[in-house]
Amino acid sequence: MGRKLLLEHEHVPGIDGYEVYRSKGGYQAVEKALKSMGPEAVVEEVKTSGLRGRGGAGFPTGMKWSFIAKPEGKPRYLVCNADESEPGTFKDRYLMEKIPHLLVEGLILSSFALGANTAYIYIRGEYKWLVDVMEKAIGEAKHNGWIGKNILNSGFNLEIYVNNGAGAYICGEETALIESLEGKRGNPRIKPPFPAVSGLYNCPTVVNNVESIAAVVPIINLGGAEYAKIGLGKSTGTKLISACGHLKKPGVYEIELGVSVEEFINSEEYCGGIRDGHRLKALIPGGSSVPVLPYHLIYKTANGDQRLMTYESLADGGFATGSMLGSGGFIAMDETTCIVRNTWSFARFYHHESCGQCSPCREGTGWMEKVLHRIEHGHGNMHDIDLLVDVAKKIEGNTICPLGDAAAWPVAAAIRHFREEFEYHIKYPEKVKGIYAHLPDYSAVPV
Amino acid sequence: MSTTEKEIKFSEATMARVHELISHYPEGRQKSALLPVLHLAQNEFGGWLSVPVMDYVASVLQLEPIEVYEVATFYTMYNQEPVGQCMIEFCQTGPCLCGGVEPLIEYTENKLGIKLGETTPDGKFTLKGVECLGACGYAPMAQIGKYYYEHLTPAKIDRIIEEFGKPGWDPHKKHEI
Amino acid sequence: MKVTIDGHTIEVEPGTTILQAARMIGGDVVPPAMCYYSKLKDSGGKCRTCIVEVSKGSEKDPRPMPKLVASCRTTVMDGMEVKNFTSERVLEARRGVVEFLLINHPLDCPVCDQAGECHLQDLAYEHGSAKTRYEEERRKYDMVDIGDKIKLHMTRCILCYRCVFTADQITDKRVHGVLHRGDSAEIGTYIEKAIENDFSGNVIDVCPVGALTDKTFRFKSRVWFVKPMLASRSCDKCCGKVVLWTSGKDVHRVTARKDQFGEVEEFICNTCRFDKKHLNDWTIEGPAPIEKQSVISANKYKQGLKVTAPQKIEYGNRPLLG
Repeated sequence: MGRKLLLEHEHVPGIDGYEVYRSKGGYQAVEKALKSMGPEAVVEEVKTSGLRGRGGAGFPTGMKWSFIAKPEGKPRYLVCNADESEPGTFKDRYLMEKIPHLLVEGLILSSFALGANTAYIYIRGEYKWLVDVMEKAIGEAKHNGWIGKNILNSGFNLEIYVNNGAGAYICGEETALIESLEGKRGNPRIKPPFPAVSGLYNCPTVVNNVESIAAVVPIINLGGAEYAKIGLGKSTGTKLISACGHLKKPGVYEIELGVSVEEFINSEEYCGGIRDGHRLKALIPGGSSVPVLPYHLIYKTANGDQRLMTYESLADGGFATGSMLGSGGFIAMDETTCIVRNTWSFARFYHHESCGQCSPCREGTGWMEKVLHRIEHGHGNMHDIDLLVDVAKKIEGNTICPLGDAAAWPVAAAIRHFREEFEYHIKYPEKVKGIYAHLPDYSAVPV
Repeated sequence: MSTTEKEIKFSEATMARVHELISHYPEGRQKSALLPVLHLAQNEFGGWLSVPVMDYVASVLQLEPIEVYEVATFYTMYNQEPVGQCMIEFCQTGPCLCGGVEPLIEYTENKLGIKLGETTPDGKFTLKGVECLGACGYAPMAQIGKYYYEHLTPAKIDRIIEEFGKPGWDPHKKHEI
Repeated sequence: MKVTIDGHTIEVEPGTTILQAARMIGGDVVPPAMCYYSKLKDSGGKCRTCIVEVSKGSEKDPRPMPKLVASCRTTVMDGMEVKNFTSERVLEARRGVVEFLLINHPLDCPVCDQAGECHLQDLAYEHGSAKTRYEEERRKYDMVDIGDKIKLHMTRCILCYRCVFTADQITDKRVHGVLHRGDSAEIGTYIEKAIENDFSGNVIDVCPVGALTDKTFRFKSRVWFVKPMLASRSCDKCCGKVVLWTSGKDVHRVTARKDQFGEVEEFICNTCRFDKKHLNDWTIEGPAPIEKQSVISANKYKQGLKVTAPQKIEYGNRPLLG
């Protein structure tokens, strides 16, 4: 059994309420930090822990914290990014639904470390009921003296508020989220300045993912060094993986980073294997933005090493033969999956979610979707494939925010690994004209 | 409910919530409450945001109307057109595609006699295709009102259509299906 | 601070952007800019046409920047080295940007009032391709009047946001903005509304394309058939310094004066722009200076300029490297 730090008590009845959470050791980390550690020590522990941002980018959290500017007379803000919208990702929702107090406790610790007296949780608009869940937990914590003025006589004041979005994937990008929190359109800001210098209301701001903030709780309880012993190399600690697609047991699992991909997919402890009678064909390991892996590169890297669930191993081989851990949105697809249709679906998603501010993303995402739609529906030309590759290349790296890259990578990777499927759609349009039941013979796919 | 016939004014309870929301933000930053207040307005004034409703929100938050229009049209959850009593929003992105949402959408469309983006003539149901709702492990699924309805099947769709179209059905409650 | 752009070195004040430094050097190193406008705060960064390669970050940290950067929003560091027209990577990416800007553009230059002074035309001529690879349907919008003097032709818009910044910063109240999102984003008022205030006409001058045009000049004449004259009057609202576009005794339109980068020098009021259409309203100062390469100067300022057709039309008239 892998060690669980976040979801240890996920199945305890009533763990979503204050009393049970407290009885399971909840808020001990806050006592420890506020009574005996001080803000700098909390930052140090998080640095030592090697915790990397769990939202997708994997940037070291402690380092991000240490960038925060501390000008006189300006408040600092902590913003919790609960705008979970990356296709394949539903871990933050699970964590907030199951153990909301873990996030509240993490927010208190993180705000204390940063010297922020106000923290906002920005929840994606569609998670409407989670606003109630989080407000209830915040209310309970406040009632019990963990939030408010002079918490535990430490002199530290904190208020936590919930704000909900209204349907925009782009607001997961931290500066778009800040704009949205200011009541504006979710247009990402042009950086620099970075939020650590000028974020919410032009004040120093740190934006962290739900899971990153929650992970601060076990880090303080265990100590950063102890936390860093879990995992492998620079992939320390545990990670929530939301597994979906053609798996026997889709769901949210907490893994120790370093578990092999094969074990994660096939063991009974986790996904329990691919659904009966089917074979694994492709895997998107870290949310729809990361490159898809074809069967032969899932369990093993191009070098023949075992593929592990770590930031490094999943990225092994670069974009040619690797992918990314990303947000932990783990999408397994069996041989019934049409890669072209799937790629079109993701292209449609990015087209729909582009904010429209910068030209490569605004125009390029729509262009890719339209071409993929044509190919999928039997109206493609052979030159469309190279056109897609070129359009993706011209978007990538040339946009204001990473949404452009996120739109370009899946298209480029799908063509890189499954080109024959695109060609098949173009060569035999009559065979792919069905609405969804069009499954050509993918004999070229090595299974 | 038509929003132009009666006076547009938040109920006392909603107004209290609006003031509470404004208090979450620093002085002069009441615009920060715009997204949640638009949600409140949409809930209270018939499920969509008409121009008078948006102008009312602008006046409550002391904003120029264009600032509200800009925001209301950016976010997909704000409806710019009237919708039915029960809006079924099917997630259709990748993982739900793997989970078989397409045949389910087709089933629902045939059953209601409308396509995605349309409302039944009796004003009871609106169908909408949306992008990833973050329930990928529980596909196929749809958001209906405040809650998610997951692992959907044609039988569940049948029950939804039977129950959720009844007069007085409350979109803000979780219903067993 | 010292910065080198395409081999030209210049000393600039801290806080200067790469684009500003390039404009100080002038000539061939200046990147094209479709959304940045030096007179409008917060403008820029969106169109991505001004992207450049930073081949050396600074004296202190000489590492190159991994991505191409928007020169209008990137400040120079001491010792920075920038490649603009000397970087194949930049030219290739810019070609991509031009293509993106054009895929949904109607290319209706023959009937567009902006033709001849359109920055998108210049950009496409310099950096674009003669053929399109776009086979899909183009985005279309209906034309709308925003007020009785301004025509909004959204189909031509490239979403530079300049007119929004202008309304925010130059006029007393903004009633138009960017609605919707992604490639459905559009400039509009949401409800049929006129933009009415003394400085609204300036949105016409800042628009780099023919999306916002002067209705009083609509279809009157091609810009290259009218004579631009510097003129002034004493105005209690604005500087009163304008360009009159005349033919014979007729004043076809009035615009603000523009600098060599196509930016308005001083914003003018609507009275000067729309209501003073007689020569005797104005004191004529003389012919307005026009960029030599401008189509407007054709037939007017013969300066022995030899015009040769581009040798290679595949990618505009700027020679490809390598």
